[in-house]
Amino acid sequence: MRPSRAYAGRGMADSIDKLQMSITKRYGGKVVLDQFPLEIVGREFVTFLGPSGCGKSTALGIIAGLVPPSDGEIHLNGRRIDDVPPEKRGFGMVFQNYALFPHLTVFGNIAFGLSLQKRSSEEIDKRVRDMLGLVRLAGYEDRYPGQLSGGQQQRVAIARALVLHPRLMLFDEPLSNLDAKLRVEMRAEIKQLHTRLGLTSIYVTHDQAEALSLSDRIVVLREGVLMQVGTPQEIHDRPKNVFVADFMGFRNFLDVTLGKEAGGMIEAGFKGQILQARARDSFHPGERAVLAIRPEDVRLGQSGDGVNVLRGKVELVEYLGREQEAEITLDGGARLWVRSHEKIVLGETLDLTLPADKFVLLRRE
Amino acid sequence: MARIRSDSRSELDLVAILCLTPSLLYVLAMFVYPFLYGIYISLQPKKRDAGIFSNYVAFFNDAYQCNTIKTTFMLALPTTIAVVLVALFLAYGMRRGIWFERTITTILVLPISLGVVFLSEGILGFYGHNGWLNQLLLAVGLIQNPLELTHNSIGVIFSLFMQNFPFCFLMLLGYISGIDPSLESSARMLGAGPWTIFRRVMFPLIAPGLIIAFALVFVMSFAVFPSAVMVGQPAGSTRTISIAAYQQAFEQYDMSYASAIAVIMGLCQLAALVVIVLVRRRMTIATTMGVGKR
Repeated sequence: MRPSRAYAGRGMADSIDKLQMSITKRYGGKVVLDQFPLEIVGREFVTFLGPSGCGKSTALGIIAGLVPPSDGEIHLNGRRIDDVPPEKRGFGMVFQNYALFPHLTVFGNIAFGLSLQKRSSEEIDKRVRDMLGLVRLAGYEDRYPGQLSGGQQQRVAIARALVLHPRLMLFDEPLSNLDAKLRVEMRAEIKQLHTRLGLTSIYVTHDQAEALSLSDRIVVLREGVLMQVGTPQEIHDRPKNVFVADFMGFRNFLDVTLGKEAGGMIEAGFKGQILQARARDSFHPGERAVLAIRPEDVRLGQSGDGVNVLRGKVELVEYLGREQEAEITLDGGARLWVRSHEKIVLGETLDLTLPADKFVLLRRE
Repeated sequence: MARIRSDSRSELDLVAILCLTPSLLYVLAMFVYPFLYGIYISLQPKKRDAGIFSNYVAFFNDAYQCNTIKTTFMLALPTTIAVVLVALFLAYGMRRGIWFERTITTILVLPISLGVVFLSEGILGFYGHNGWLNQLLLAVGLIQNPLELTHNSIGVIFSLFMQNFPFCFLMLLGYISGIDPSLESSARMLGAGPWTIFRRVMFPLIAPGLIIAFALVFVMSFAVFPSAVMVGQPAGSTRTISIAAYQQAFEQYDMSYASAIAVIMGLCQLAALVVIVLVRRRMTIATTMGVGKR
């Protein structure tokens, strides 16, 4: 189990083959994670995505060993590890608030784990300096964490974990304390390190853009229950339920009653109008359902065939730089969000086209 | 305030001085003046023809007086070490909260509200020659003769411990629980067990607070008077420097000599503080630099 022997003579990072788990966590009577299932293969970048309090950080803490699970097992390469203490798991972890040791220099922080493994001072010196080069902080050895910017501190924290060649890297909202610009830069750096070093990473975030740009697979959580697992494209384009759709930026949810199905299209009754949507298995005529569509997929004006056209009055306009997003009150009283490059004037009455193939048909909750 | 600062330096100074005046006056009237007056009296010996330093010379030439420094030191130092160590142990254990924390904290802190005299009476009743503890141990047959735990230095150390412990414990608990818990988690993820975490992460961060707590407990213990009289042996083994000063003032009616002893006591406390602060500066220069942004 000791990483020191396991990594002798190997590459930059020794990736795992497979991590499997199914865990439950209760605090008092409250279930925070309900039989949370997960399977990760080596070199994968998996993100836990969800709003605060959804249990994603708890799940990460359980994998790290910092939080004891109430129930369930974790297997790494077929061996059970949930009874192994965190210091013996050989995982690296990066925390939201960096958690650098304030009394140690940058060098001392990165060397901390190596010195616990009783490495020779030449080896420590070499590995720490290599790592500082990798995170572009060469020359900062003698600074203290308090003398670094947030982005630099987080790079030290990443270097401190990576220098031990962790089998699994755990990131707990590592970018949420940084400003927007730095966040995008650091995001790219993390992705690069992951690919270059062949890491296996689990990343926790509440930011869907981060999840989409970083991950091979995204795990969406809600109140401790797994909502959907899939590639960024799957999660983005084909959310499985209203919660995931809402979280991934679908702002419009139309309550409809399904009608007859023909030629791969299904009719949906919406406030006295008939809309057309792409049919999906397991939805049947007469069923009540939800049609979701993103504001950027709604088009201004009439379509050629006049299908799926709704009419409404502009109630609110938000300026977003290149585009504007507007809230439209439809004739039937429902509201719809539209995003467009074209100018939208407050108070005007507009025709809107909702393209049938942009609708996602979801079950009503 | 920001505007005032940029507009005119002197205006700010005036406001600052005005705000400070009441407390400055208080300190001048209630501390600086009596202190200087005490020094002045100490330099005016009772005997007319004696030199101005004759009281100090007399103190250091008289082993009976001079030894009180050692006696006081031998009471204050063990007490301080015991208080700081026990408080550190408990506060470290309670840093992440434990069951019944509030109740336990209340019990630990209670002695502060009781007053020294009440506390000393309690110690006499419980640990005294015929106290409950001795009666119990005798009855059970664990001892043949009563333990002498009072009217000696042990009694005084007990009493000082109970007076100073709550204060030190609260101070350290606040200090330790203020340390970011994710530091411990990150140390664990880097391979550190509980003892290594304490030694290499937590202790260096606690040390500055620990040293200040040590200094304050030491100075308070050095000034011991009531418990040295009530549960100690004021004529012998616990004749502390404050008792020496008291005797000169109210038994010999030599205010000048008494003031000289009080000044010497103050200088001893000051010397201890200087030593402790120097140690702290050597030990913690890195820490204070590191926590700049926390």
